Amino acid sequence: MESSNADLTLDGNAAGGLLGEAFGEDLTGVLGRCPDCGRRGELATLRAFTHAPGVVLRCPACDGVQLAIAKTPSGYRFDIRVRTEHPLRTRRDGP
Amino acid sequence: MKSFTFDLPSWTKHRAGQHYDLRLTAPDGYVAQRSYSIASAPERNGAVDLTVELVGGGEVSTFLHEQVVPGDRIELRGPIGGYFVWDAARSDGPLLMVAGGSGVVPMMSMLRHRAAAGRTVPARLLVSSRSYEEIIYREELDRLARGSDKFDLFHTLTRSRPDGWAGFARRIDRHMLGDVSRAFGSKALTFVCGPTPLVESVANALLELGLRAERIRTERFGPSGT
Repeated sequence: MESSNADLTLDGNAAGGLLGEAFGEDLTGVLGRCPDCGRRGELATLRAFTHAPGVVLRCPACDGVQLAIAKTPSGYRFDIRVRTEHPLRTRRDGP
Repeated sequence: MKSFTFDLPSWTKHRAGQHYDLRLTAPDGYVAQRSYSIASAPERNGAVDLTVELVGGGEVSTFLHEQVVPGDRIELRGPIGGYFVWDAARSDGPLLMVAGGSGVVPMMSMLRHRAAAGRTVPARLLVSSRSYEEIIYREELDRLARGSDKFDLFHTLTRSRPDGWAGFARRIDRHMLGDVSRAFGSKALTFVCGPTPLVESVANALLELGLRAERIRTERFGPSGT
């Protein structure tokens, strides 16, 4: 196969709708820092793996997972590792 | 390629470059969803145009191309995106756009926005298409380029060229990007949209040409969305 997994990888723009639904605001322009290598960049610049249940956003520099999100029948499941200026709050967290 | 106009009962003004998620739900509950860039200008009230490429075997694009008729109701979520966006009023430098195939759709929204807002910020667009016939918005782009001495349009055709073709005739490379971007130096705010391999190679070449990473905004699309 010529087509590599990398060719199927999208970016954080593609996760914008799901993130907006889960967090109640658009996060693609939010700056984050990778907890593993320290790279800084908007969430839109992360590699998005969407060919799985849910979405995984990885660091384009070190490949570390920065954010994983899955929609389940009862809500959303998250693994938030990316460091943002303001903590990411899910809708369930309340104001 | 087809463009669809959606009247939005709860319309929100979008920003050029944003997209909508379009969701189809079958009677048995099966859901298919894809993201489509907005092609129309934010200045248009109450409706948006989405331009959709027919993807072989694509369940959403096939439905839109072959089944949908005017008057149908479709579920949309958006507008989405706060990064790959261009606001004419906040523009702080010339606008450089590089698109592969239907990656030109968000650039069309930016150019329509630029025209509607009456801004004269210099803009350049390089579009890569397979053939002359497959150039999206060819006539409107030509009109825009003829109508503004601050907008320059560049085409490259990668598979076939008509006789006498005067544009580029190869895949986008660093030399081509240098020719297109040189007039703007490193000041350009640059948007790159297309299939993932094209976006990767264009962004890397722009960095090699001296553009700063924070001035290059990218959007990759592929065979599936979320």
